[in-house]
Amino acid sequence: MIADILVLACLSIGILFNTLGIVGLLRFPDVYTRMHATTKMTTFGSMFTALAVIIFGGAQFISTGDSQYVTLSTHTIIAALALAFTNAVGSHAIARGAHRSGLKPAPAVVDRLEEWAP
Amino acid sequence: MIPFLLTFLLALLLYLLLTAGSGNLLLWSPQELVAGVVLSLLAAAVAKNFLCRSHNFRMANPLRLILIPLYLLGPFLLEVTLANLDVAYRVITGKIRPGIIRVQSGLKTDLGIFMLANSITLTPGTITVDIDEESHDLYVHNINVPAGWEAETGVIDRELFSLADIPAWIRRIAE
Amino acid sequence: MIEPWYAAVFVLVILVCLALARLFLGPTAADRAVAVDTVNTLSVAVLILLGVAYQQIIFIDVAIVYAVLSFVSTLYIAKYLGGEL
Repeated sequence: MIADILVLACLSIGILFNTLGIVGLLRFPDVYTRMHATTKMTTFGSMFTALAVIIFGGAQFISTGDSQYVTLSTHTIIAALALAFTNAVGSHAIARGAHRSGLKPAPAVVDRLEEWAP
Repeated sequence: MIPFLLTFLLALLLYLLLTAGSGNLLLWSPQELVAGVVLSLLAAAVAKNFLCRSHNFRMANPLRLILIPLYLLGPFLLEVTLANLDVAYRVITGKIRPGIIRVQSGLKTDLGIFMLANSITLTPGTITVDIDEESHDLYVHNINVPAGWEAETGVIDRELFSLADIPAWIRRIAE
Repeated sequence: MIEPWYAAVFVLVILVCLALARLFLGPTAADRAVAVDTVNTLSVAVLILLGVAYQQIIFIDVAIVYAVLSFVSTLYIAKYLGGEL
């Protein structure tokens, strides 16, 4: 019963953060600020949906004793870790590529990278 | 030889983790074990020069590997939660003041820079845009530049994080 | 009672459609790359939830491979944007 409530709470938090991330993607003015919304919030939201699955697998294993649910939880942990690392590196790569392609941060109070210019 | 062995062990560990619970020989079936060893040998032969490029085996020490989950579950999780609430607030209200600033890190190893750049990207309203390969300084896009930072040429990395001392943890793990 | 997994998948699919709107609207190529990255992340989440809903662990293995391969494609798009390819 407690596990059900925890699963529902984690799912709701995950969906909420994913939704806010998409709202940020549609609302923010330039590519760098959009990246802030998507990278951080969709990663965090997806981690929470994965956490819901992990809790569900653990609770089912305790109540039924079926080892299939342990497999479910371990695979989900690996998927969540892969997601976190690939998302951070991927967004870094897109930001670097965007700045090299000549796209400046449109509303910006300061741009030190522009002055450096390798 | 050491890079080959380390890559082999890492690949085998991942394979065993993914196929756990398939049979009755401990947790694995004999076919899975043989396939895992053969595939890990192949992967190690192909990838040994990529994993240990700097020929620096400090990270093979188990004590340092134990620190990584501690770091991820403790200060890192705290900062990620805080950063997400901050960005959620900015998505809803639309109060932003973006800019790219230069951050002095003082880290020397590639792994340390990698971990700091990823931590910065996932934590406090900041995204790493580029890295100066010589001085190992980071160029960081900040969604809300605090007042006064636009005049500074180099911000110390510690000042980016508000709660935990993330750079000190990374130094402890990677250097 | 509706299964919570299906409801969550439904909401996530609507979010994917909204991200596709940015993919079509995006003024620059970098915006589109960001939208594709978001769609990939959400797809991984949807695959994990569907793996639980249908009781198929193979879906989660597919999610792991999808996350890693979409990362490779993102890196290539980023290199192309930066003119290094």
